[in-house]
Amino acid sequence: MADTVRDPPPDGTDFHELEDGEELFPEPAAAPEESQPASLPAEDISTNSNGPKQDLLFDDDPEDLFAEATEEVSLDSPERDVLLSDGPSPAITPITPPTSVITPRIGHAHDDMFTHSSFDEIEEEEGGDSFDIHISVSDPEKVGDGMNAYMAYKVSTKTSMLLFKQKDFSVKRRFSDFLGLHSKLASKYLHVGYIVPPAPEKSIVGMTKVKVGKEDQSSNEFVEKRRSALERYLMRTVKHPILLKDPDVLQFLESSELPRAVSTQALSSAGLLRMVNKAADAVNKMTIKMNESDAWFEEKQQHFENLDVQLRKLHASVESLVCHRKELSVNTAQFAKSAAMLGNSEDHTALSRALSQLAEVEEKIDQLHQDQANGDFYLFSELLGDYVRLLTAVKGVFEHRMKTWQKWQDSQMLLQKKREAEAKLQFTNKPDKLQQAKDEIKEEIEELEGKVQQGERDFEQISKTIRKEVSRFEKERVRDFKMIIVKYLESLVLTQQQLIKYWEAFLPEAKAIS
Amino acid sequence: MMEEVKEVTSALSVHGHNIKITDVVKDGDVLTFVIVSQKLSGTGEYHVDRTWDDFEWLQQHLFSQEDVPGIQGVIFPPLPAKANGNTSAKVIKQLGVLGLGEWQPYVKALETFLQLVATHKILNKNKAVEVFLTSSDAPGRQKVKKNIFNRLSQAVEEMRKEGHKDVDEFFQTERDHNLVLTGCTKTAAEKFLDMVLTEQKIAVACGHFSAALHLCVEPGEDPDKKAFSRLCVQISEVFNSMKKNMTSVAENNVNTLGLGLDQESRYQEAEKEMLFRRTCKLVELENATRNAEKAKPVKKEAMEELKTATKTEFQEICRVAKQEIKQFQGVRVKMLQQALVQWCERQLLTAKESADQFNQHLQAFREMTQ
Repeated sequence: MADTVRDPPPDGTDFHELEDGEELFPEPAAAPEESQPASLPAEDISTNSNGPKQDLLFDDDPEDLFAEATEEVSLDSPERDVLLSDGPSPAITPITPPTSVITPRIGHAHDDMFTHSSFDEIEEEEGGDSFDIHISVSDPEKVGDGMNAYMAYKVSTKTSMLLFKQKDFSVKRRFSDFLGLHSKLASKYLHVGYIVPPAPEKSIVGMTKVKVGKEDQSSNEFVEKRRSALERYLMRTVKHPILLKDPDVLQFLESSELPRAVSTQALSSAGLLRMVNKAADAVNKMTIKMNESDAWFEEKQQHFENLDVQLRKLHASVESLVCHRKELSVNTAQFAKSAAMLGNSEDHTALSRALSQLAEVEEKIDQLHQDQANGDFYLFSELLGDYVRLLTAVKGVFEHRMKTWQKWQDSQMLLQKKREAEAKLQFTNKPDKLQQAKDEIKEEIEELEGKVQQGERDFEQISKTIRKEVSRFEKERVRDFKMIIVKYLESLVLTQQQLIKYWEAFLPEAKAIS
Repeated sequence: MMEEVKEVTSALSVHGHNIKITDVVKDGDVLTFVIVSQKLSGTGEYHVDRTWDDFEWLQQHLFSQEDVPGIQGVIFPPLPAKANGNTSAKVIKQLGVLGLGEWQPYVKALETFLQLVATHKILNKNKAVEVFLTSSDAPGRQKVKKNIFNRLSQAVEEMRKEGHKDVDEFFQTERDHNLVLTGCTKTAAEKFLDMVLTEQKIAVACGHFSAALHLCVEPGEDPDKKAFSRLCVQISEVFNSMKKNMTSVAENNVNTLGLGLDQESRYQEAEKEMLFRRTCKLVELENATRNAEKAKPVKKEAMEELKTATKTEFQEICRVAKQEIKQFQGVRVKMLQQALVQWCERQLLTAKESADQFNQHLQAFREMTQ
């Protein structure tokens, strides 16, 4: 049992994977029921409040939710609003019960054998198959014409992990495929406390330029920015031991043909932010004052609030730096031109030569400034942006925990009410109906007792998962930042070394004047 | 009270080439400079306090030497503009690159002015120079009478003369060449200033980032938290080093090539002024010649005399101008060379220091366990 569950129970799209003969569940009896999500009893959907409440979360809402959005989000928000509000609610509405992780709890008695504990086992398994996978996104290629055109990216995976069918393989994917992947992962894992890395931002403006075939520097920059973001997104996703083994992820990386993701409005980080904000509102409206028995959660939540503020400040600071660096590049180029003109006008031969050399040096320095600006951007600015977006996912799981607690409390309250009603029944004076009523209430009470137990278990599980996830997040954070600063310093050292070369070459020219 | 001239051959009792401004004090809007010059006799130094208005007094005296033959052919060492803005932005607008670097380049420019004046064979004979450098009292602050060198007073019609065709190929070439060079140099100096201002902005941005990182430091025993806090502090130090590097690069730029380009630009303008004066005299001469030819017998003699006088003046100007141009070309090339060499040397040094610093940071990060 320990090693059989490798994937969480499927949602509809994974249907065919089941047929590969992978053993998903400890109880063979469970399997057939798993594969027909549609046949899951209605009650199953209601047992997890993510069902109905989820609808609430994804309602189109004219209210401006972008007030707190990240800069990136608000940049695109008007367009995003348009996208998000048309069409049906996003992929998460339970055609495939979103809590597919929880649903296959057929026979509530078996829940502890479940994937929750199995996830724990999966993580312990990590030690066995060492993490060795490298994904690169490359070769952006425009496919099609006009407004139906899109960019196809090559996603190449190199790995020695046994999880994969090959060691070195690649597939072609488009942006909506990435969004589709994220949407599936989010719907499966977010509400049970896993920090699912957010997908890169949509950008109508950027893509339109590409579609109309504008081959200029800004659209090239856009494509490069997106390519880099997609690569980071995938690497971050596969670094997560659970997500790595998800069949959707494997399919995304390996399968040459991927069914077109239709509802990609879901869960870009803007969508996530909306969800979080709405959840927060919904929670407040229900006046949840969660009795936080665990100070750890309170402290962590505060910590992440602070971190969010700090990261946004840092991000703004770096953006300013990138801007000035680009300005310096422009100014340097202009100075180089003016120095060249000066050299040309100069009569004195040696001085003229030196000035022309000066112009060349400045041109080279301009190139260094441009490279440095890219470094500033791709290393720091994007790192900070990624973490700001990642924090929305982190906040999301904390919100989910509160909702889970609420659900548990709700069940408990309902149970209480039913018990009171049962007690009152004793005093009713309609004997013929009494037994029927008694039986009904007994049934309801039994059901509710089950729900309460389940609610408590869910709450404990999500709390446990979050603790682990936060720990993983904090370790990753240190690793990521360290890696970036090392790369950055390497570029800084290289720049100075180049400068030294240029100055050493120029000095004799300057001395040779007169 | 004007001091008596000690020697007959030169009015100046101090060395000209090593005049130094050793200190500058700002009191409200007024900058006071301490000027030190070495006595020719080798027995000591003169220390005097002067403000920009005193410099202007000196310059005006030099301009108004109408009795010195060919004075209009002199390329007058350029005096940098007055600095009286109350914000640094205003000062930069007035002075360009000289408004940066905590008055260091401005002081150097004033020093250069004094050195050029005091070593100028015609100009240093003027008593005003001696008074300026040696008198313990500040020279009189009364406004000197207007003189022909106040461009501002030149009527717009006079500007037409600038393009007047020359009779001498040497001067025509020099005028054409100067026109191009003044334009190019001015542009180069402006672009250089833009570069420096942006470098300063980057330094400031790095400083902000460095400070903002410190806000990410949180207390606590949690090992991951501590690791992240430590990382933030170290990254903060890296950005601090970047700030220092950029500040240094900007300073080097300002104090060497920035100053050099500014100096060159103003000196080219000074040559332009001289060439213009000569051209004006040429026009005057051509008019006088025409008048003399056309003059009715009654006025003829007077016209002829005027023509002769003007011709003499013009020839004197040409003579002096030719000397001045030769001298000027030598001096300006030397100044530019010095600026370029210094610039290169200092930037090279800064690059080496920064490379070391960044390398140290890099090693520290690589060695970080975890």
